[in-house]
Amino acid sequence: MQQTLLIIVLAPLFAAIIAGLAGRVIGRAGAHTVTIAGVALSCGLSLYVLKQILVDGIPVYNHALYTWLISDGIRMEVGFLIDQLSALMMCVVTFVSLCVHVYTIGYMKDDPGYQRFFAYISLFTFSMLMLVMSNNFLQLFFGWEAVGLVSYLLIGFWFTRPSAIFANMKAFLVNRVGDFGFVLGIAGVVYLTNSLDYVTVFEQANSIAAKTFEIIPGAQWEAITVICICLFIGAMGKSAQVPLHVWLPDSMEGPTPISALIHAATMVTAGIFMVARMSPLFELSETALSFVLVIGATTAFFMGLLGLVNNDIKRVVAYSTLSQLGYMTVALGASAYGAAIFHLMTHAFFKALLFLAAGSVIMAMHHEQDMRKMGGLKKYLPITYWTSLIGSLALIGFPGFSGFFSKDALIEAVHASTTWGHTYAYWCVLLGVFVTAFYSFRLVFMTFHGPERFSTDAHEAKAAGHDEHAHDSHGHDAHGHDAHADDHAHDDHDHGDHGGPPHESPWVVTLPLILLAIPSIFIGWFTIGPVLFGGYFGDAIYVTEHHDVLAEIAHEFHGPAEFVLHGFLGAPLYLAFAGVALSWFLYIKRPDLPPVIADKFSAIYKVLANKFYFDEFNQKVFAGGSRALGSLLWHIGDEKVIDGLLVNGSARLVGWFSGKVRQVQTGYLYTYAFTMIIGLAVFLLWFVLAR
Amino acid sequence: MITLPSVLLLSGILFSLSVAGIFLNRKNVIILLMCIELMLLAVNFNFIAFARQLGDIDGQVFVFFILTVAAAESAIGLAILVVLFRERRSINVSELDSMKG
Repeated sequence: MQQTLLIIVLAPLFAAIIAGLAGRVIGRAGAHTVTIAGVALSCGLSLYVLKQILVDGIPVYNHALYTWLISDGIRMEVGFLIDQLSALMMCVVTFVSLCVHVYTIGYMKDDPGYQRFFAYISLFTFSMLMLVMSNNFLQLFFGWEAVGLVSYLLIGFWFTRPSAIFANMKAFLVNRVGDFGFVLGIAGVVYLTNSLDYVTVFEQANSIAAKTFEIIPGAQWEAITVICICLFIGAMGKSAQVPLHVWLPDSMEGPTPISALIHAATMVTAGIFMVARMSPLFELSETALSFVLVIGATTAFFMGLLGLVNNDIKRVVAYSTLSQLGYMTVALGASAYGAAIFHLMTHAFFKALLFLAAGSVIMAMHHEQDMRKMGGLKKYLPITYWTSLIGSLALIGFPGFSGFFSKDALIEAVHASTTWGHTYAYWCVLLGVFVTAFYSFRLVFMTFHGPERFSTDAHEAKAAGHDEHAHDSHGHDAHGHDAHADDHAHDDHDHGDHGGPPHESPWVVTLPLILLAIPSIFIGWFTIGPVLFGGYFGDAIYVTEHHDVLAEIAHEFHGPAEFVLHGFLGAPLYLAFAGVALSWFLYIKRPDLPPVIADKFSAIYKVLANKFYFDEFNQKVFAGGSRALGSLLWHIGDEKVIDGLLVNGSARLVGWFSGKVRQVQTGYLYTYAFTMIIGLAVFLLWFVLAR
Repeated sequence: MITLPSVLLLSGILFSLSVAGIFLNRKNVIILLMCIELMLLAVNFNFIAFARQLGDIDGQVFVFFILTVAAAESAIGLAILVVLFRERRSINVSELDSMKG
């Protein structure tokens, strides 16, 4: 077992090192061969481990492999905790990663940074595996930071674009804010339990719950609430919850495969996974759960709204990711950890699928991302069309598709929840269904149906697109504008050679689409019973009795088929259909209406187009504020105090003092004589009196 | 009979005069030299007075040495003065301030 786990973790790491350091030696084919082999190996072994746990029923594996150091009784170790939760995550991570690896061969084939890209995504797989397989907080934190680092590297993969550099810096800084909370949470855990090990900490959870912190004098705060909220702030950064979500849409500056791998399927789910893993702590704090619930509900609904007005195909999918992460967070807050992880799993498949399909469209359109320049692509890209339709149906929760099971169960669970804020959360997720359906099919209709709005002469289309890009405000910030000129120049260079009508992508691109489409359809049907209601997670997830909403809805669960039928009785399904119908009406039947509506409700449209002004607020208050603080410290602290007072001030003080002393030297003989005599007299006097 | 206190008083007066001469004089360096001589003489008076009072010849021997040194010192001082005058065409004390800080 130990060897298996080590191979799972280390195979992608070695592949990354080989592809990264020896990329020139082994060439392009060598780089993708070695990394795909590494990830395929760990994917296969992950499935084997999952099989061992599910079928063979081996006990939970929890061992430290290596002790890094022991300080003051706190053991810092590298170890693995393999239970149902981590085994499931390992399979999801490695499978999606494998698909993305294969896809990348096609997507990045003309890119000069080919080997580097493969090294990064393999390194990412390693980091994510370290995160999910960890049995202690330190290793969790290592994985947490490592995925953040790789995400930074990949968002800024095209490092010559100013907008990419801006986006990766933004992602890194926003994640730092979250990580600060996370570190505080871990510090709180270590302070109270003197241990980093999950099992030890969870055993002492009740004793933590009895303690209080006095952070502000006079106010006693429950220690467990403080710790959980701090940990959740970390999750908010990583899983892009309001208000730390701002980095995720911008991260679309990176190549599409990593949008699928990192910003949809795996890294952003680290926060969800972490909260589920910490369920024994979160369960003890009602306040923290309510906090999680409200934040998640806000993200789920309001971030979905932003998808309605965006015209960038990748950004629409990014906002839908935000919204779906909000759903998972809501489930966490409602104590339906199983539902959150279940939705995480199904979402990983269909969202990776949607992103990769979007990437396929972008390739076919010669790196045009504006949906207003697409349309009617159905006949040119049949495989992409059908797979992305499957992804969209799964996303909106079409009965029978995987998303239907996870989302419906999730909404039911929220409905049954009694945590404070559950009514708000229920309405948010319910209305979110409508919004999700609307923007998902808006994407499908605008991209694949309707009239062809692109020109087959690639060069002309790009010139026009470029021009409009610079002027519209569909989601790029002021800083992004001149960057786009660069964008297109870059793409011109790469793809200028093939014009003509769009054509279907090569098999390395479509194969992952098909591979992901299969679980997107079927995985919900087969796994909902055991995962949600069959006690799949065992002891991996702990839920106190009065929170156990999944057990409550489990009474009404009689197999997937009946769950589908039951879905026809509930509101979510009809809301989804309404959303699809409305988007069909607005974008196929009456495409003249959307601009009119946007004009009528220009105030709302403006708020949405500007993403609720979060970016402007952060830019002004936090970035501007810290710049103002910095320049204040520069002018006052550095220039005035250090340079003026300490450095030049001490020199001036010496100068002033010597100026004063110099006046004693009159140069006149009689003064010196007088001084000598007075001195003599004083000494004599002293001599006489002292005796 | 000349008593010890009266001699000491005399030497004290002489010494004070010479000190006052050094300070009050702003004009002439020669007067400075003379005042220094006067100071030494005042000290000599003390030596002699105590030598007589205590019946110890050492004090009077010391006076001879002081006189000898004073003579040599005056010679050097006057020589410096001559050079100074040649150099600056003046022996005015208040003009001699090239050592001013």
